Order: sequence, then structure tokens, then C-alpha cells
Amino acid sequence: MHAATPKFHRFGRRTILPGFRLTLGFTLLYISLLVLIPMAALVGKVFTAPWADTWSVISSDRSIASYQLSFGASAIAALVNGFFGFIIAWILVRYDFPGRRFADAVVDLPFALPTAVAGLSLTLLYSKKGLFGYYIYQMIGPERWNAGWATANSNIGVTIALTFIGLPFVVRTLQPVLQDLSMDVEEAAACLGANRWQTFWRIIFPAVLPAWLTGMTLAFGRAVGEYGSVVFIASNRQGKGEITPLVIYTTLEENRYAEAAALGVVLLLFSFCILALVNLLQAWNNKVTGASGI
Amino acid sequence: MAHAVLPSLGTATPRRRSPLKATTEPLWFRALLIVTGLTFIALFLLVPLFVVFYEALAKGVEVYWKSFQDPDTAHAIRLTLTVAAIVVPLNTIFGLTAAWAISKFEFPGKRALVTFIDLPLWVSPIVAGLMFVILFGREGLLKAYLWNGTQPVIPILFNTPGIVIATLFVTFPFVARILIPLMQSQGSAEEEAALTLGARGWQVFLYVTLPKIRWGLFYGVILCNARAMGEFGAVSAVSGHIQGKTNTMPLHIQVLAEGYSGMEAAFALSSVLSMLALFTLIVKTTVEWSSERQAKNALESSGE
Repeated sequence: MHAATPKFHRFGRRTILPGFRLTLGFTLLYISLLVLIPMAALVGKVFTAPWADTWSVISSDRSIASYQLSFGASAIAALVNGFFGFIIAWILVRYDFPGRRFADAVVDLPFALPTAVAGLSLTLLYSKKGLFGYYIYQMIGPERWNAGWATANSNIGVTIALTFIGLPFVVRTLQPVLQDLSMDVEEAAACLGANRWQTFWRIIFPAVLPAWLTGMTLAFGRAVGEYGSVVFIASNRQGKGEITPLVIYTTLEENRYAEAAALGVVLLLFSFCILALVNLLQAWNNKVTGASGI
Repeated sequence: MAHAVLPSLGTATPRRRSPLKATTEPLWFRALLIVTGLTFIALFLLVPLFVVFYEALAKGVEVYWKSFQDPDTAHAIRLTLTVAAIVVPLNTIFGLTAAWAISKFEFPGKRALVTFIDLPLWVSPIVAGLMFVILFGREGLLKAYLWNGTQPVIPILFNTPGIVIATLFVTFPFVARILIPLMQSQGSAEEEAALTLGARGWQVFLYVTLPKIRWGLFYGVILCNARAMGEFGAVSAVSGHIQGKTNTMPLHIQVLAEGYSGMEAAFALSSVLSMLALFTLIVKTTVEWSSERQAKNALESSGE
């Protein structure tokens, strides 16, 4: 029956199944009400304000400091997750060890745990009184702790929280690609005299590279927008310890809607860039994994 | 076509066929990697979870139970349950219809539609809340209809409807995102057969499609519920933080953590949401294992 499917079909008429107009209509209505109209309202708010005002908000010292923290901490968190996420995905797919399935299930925890709970717990854990913070404090001493090396109420704390929320993105993007890698290619490489290291760098790594980058991009994109876990553990000091979403939030609390909207559009544009980048990486991934098959 | 972002449901990672000596790493290296990976999981994921329960019970079970008798805490729990009770059914209906339209039919702009369904996952929750404040706020686009000066005519912002709408936005991708790949991989042959045999449209959905997707649907609903109850940023922007009125559980956790009443109460409330998260993980794992077992059984019976 599939062979008989014409290559070019009329709008929505591929099968005899009913409900096309109803379901698509409802979907479009729902998305319009919930996404398109509110988004248009946000963008419209920025466009009706004088451009000079918008620009002065976007380029103010406070905003730029917040971009530096948001993007910097997110980038570091994405790299940390890129390293450990690769190892975790690798051992979950390749090796057998007691507790493997448990570890596999636990990787999704940051995705299911409310961000406020994660923030609260991490803040206590990494504060001076906490399980980890205590030892770190003892190790580096009060001077360095107060000079910016503190792991809670600090920008390092922000990085820790963003690492927590980003891990599943790297692991879950890598896992299926590692899973589908054909063993035959590795066996062939070994037969032809490659050692394990060469096989990894020349066979395995190139095949999983797009997925690995995708995972890190997703973790990065998610981290830049993250709010709940970060406000607990950040110092939230104006111009020093504020992430961009927090600047938006405080501006909004002061009823300065136009300024909040200007920064909101910056983050919204960033989200679109991340989505576009992920789509490009995905196309690359399909090409690479398609070619590395048979 | 859709990229593999998170909340999709895979099969649990099955055991690979045992590798040859030439295609695996030496024992010490394997052990090193396993220890590194597991240590990271333990320190970064398990310890924070453990801390929640430890701190919640630090002053004993009595203090733990007592913290829920606080009227504001009790109200926060009720509000969260109310919001979830509205949001989850609506987003489930959306997820089912969107998955039906996208997986069963071909139409131009399908990719763009899927991207829009993904969008709330990548938009900062604060930006999500901001959009609704701008729409419904005192200075917002609909101010002529919603506000009479500073008095709300139709209370949406800083009230339950605003919280519901913000939560709807943040959680609508989940059911759809899990069902679309599932229904795409299952194909439509059985539905078409049922139609040919004279079933009506809703009968096809109820008796053919629904049984096929029930576990994926179940996980989608549970995940949507967990995220709806745990949403912080978007709700924080629209709620107005009125204690005993518009504070949901996550918002009240922040109030308790910053207050003088001690951290036990904040952690006690957190422990409830953590149990919900654990339940979600258990459901996901169970669903994945059972689908893996099914696939294995199907493979074995076809091999005979």
C-alpha cells in the first residue's frame, strides 16, 4: 500500500484517516492563543517603544554584566556537561556494571525535579554550612572564599546550578547515536591494525561529534534561560551576580514593562538562534550517521 | 524529521552484545570511566536529592508533619493542585490532537509547526511569564478590557487564571512531544484497516490508537503534571506573590527559604515535589522497560 502512495499528494490527503481538519485546526488555534499572540505582544511592545530607549536598555552596563554572567556560566556548564556527559553516555551504552539501569534512570532527574527544589538543595549543599561547601571552605580558606571563590551566593554557584540542569541534554542526545554505531566498523578498524585510541578518534568520535555538539548546544540554550534554580544560589547583586532572566524579573516587578520587554526580546532571539543551530547540527548528524551506516 | 530533544521516550538502553577484546578498552580504563561517571552522577544528582529528604526530616517527623499545617503552605498545595487539575487535561487534549495531525497527515509547514511546539522548552520561563504580563498587565495590550485603573475588571494577572495560562504555556509541549515520535513509528496501517472494516473515526481512535499509545500517553501526562506542579519562573512572573492567595508550592518554597521559620519547612514542601519527580522517573523507566521487553518478545516470536 505504501508503494502505491503517490509521491505528490493533495493537502493533508495521504491516508483515508479522518480528523485532519479538526485536529490541525485545534492545534493551530491552541498554538496561536498560547504562543503566537503573546509573542507578538512582546515583540510589538518593543517595536512601539522608541528604538533609542530600547537600545539603551539592551546595552546598559547592568544588562551587559548580566549577559556576561548568563552566557559565561552557561558556556562553562555546557563544557563540563560535555565532558562528563560523554563519559556517562559512553559507560551506559558500552559497559555493563551493577547499577547501570539505575544510573540510566537517574540521569533524567534534573528534568523532573522542580527548579526551585534543585536551587534550594544546591544552595544549602554548597554553602559554608553544607556538606560540600564546608570542605571547600576549609580547603580554600576564608580569604579566597570571600574573594569570589565561594560556591554559594556567588557566580560559581550559578555555574554549579546550570551544570545540574544541563546534564540530561548531553547524555540523552548522545545515547541513541552511540547505541546505533555499528560494531562492524570498529572490528574492521581493529583488523586493519588500528589500536583502540585510533579507532576512537578516527571512527567513533567523528560519528558522534554532531550529536555531542547538539547536546552541548541544548544544555547551553537551556541554561541561559534558566531561572528557578539560579536565583537561590546566585548572589543576585546588581551589576555583578545577576543573570539576564533575573534582570527581566526585577524590571518587571518595578512595572517597567518596556525595559523588561526589550531584554525579553534579546533572550527570545537567542532561543531562536539556538533552535536554528540545533536544526543545522541535526542535519549534519543525519548526514554523518547515515553515511557511517552501511 | 523532528530533532531528538529531551522529553522523547526511548527504549531503555539495552545490553549490547558482548564486545570482542579488540573492540573494547582495557579493564583499568573501563573501571576508570565507570567510576568517574558514577561519581559525577552521585555527587551532582543523588546527593542534592538526598539532602532534600535529610533536611526535611532533620528535626524529626513531627516537625515535618507540622510544617504542612501552616495555612499558607496548605493553601499553596491546594492552589498547585487546582492549577494542575486544569492544565494537565487541557494539555493532554492538545497533545493528542497535535500528535494525530502531525503523525497521521502530510501538510506544508509541518516542520515549522513542530518547531513552535518545541518553543516553550527553549524560551526562558521568565520570558514566558513576561509575555503574559505584557498581554494582561495594567499597561498591557488588553488593559482597556481587563483593567479599570488599578482595579482588575477580569482578574487574570496576579490571580489563578494568570498562573494557569503561564503553566499551560510552559507545559504544553510534553504530551505532544512524547506522542509524535511514538505515533509516527507505529504507522497508520491498523487504523486504516479498522476504517475499511467499517469503524467510525472516534472508534478507531478509542479502540485502535489509544491502546497502542497508552503507556506513552501515561508518561506524557505524568511528566506534564510534574512540570506543571513544579514550574517556578513563569509562574513567579505572573503570580504577584500574594501569600495565601497566589503562591504555588514552588513559590512558597522560596518564601519559606527566605523567611525566619527555618529551612525545615522549605525542605518539607520540597520533599513533596521531589517525591513527585521520583514517581515521574519511575513511570518513565517502567514504561521504557516494558516497551523494550515487548520489542524483544516480538523479535523472538518472529524468529521462530
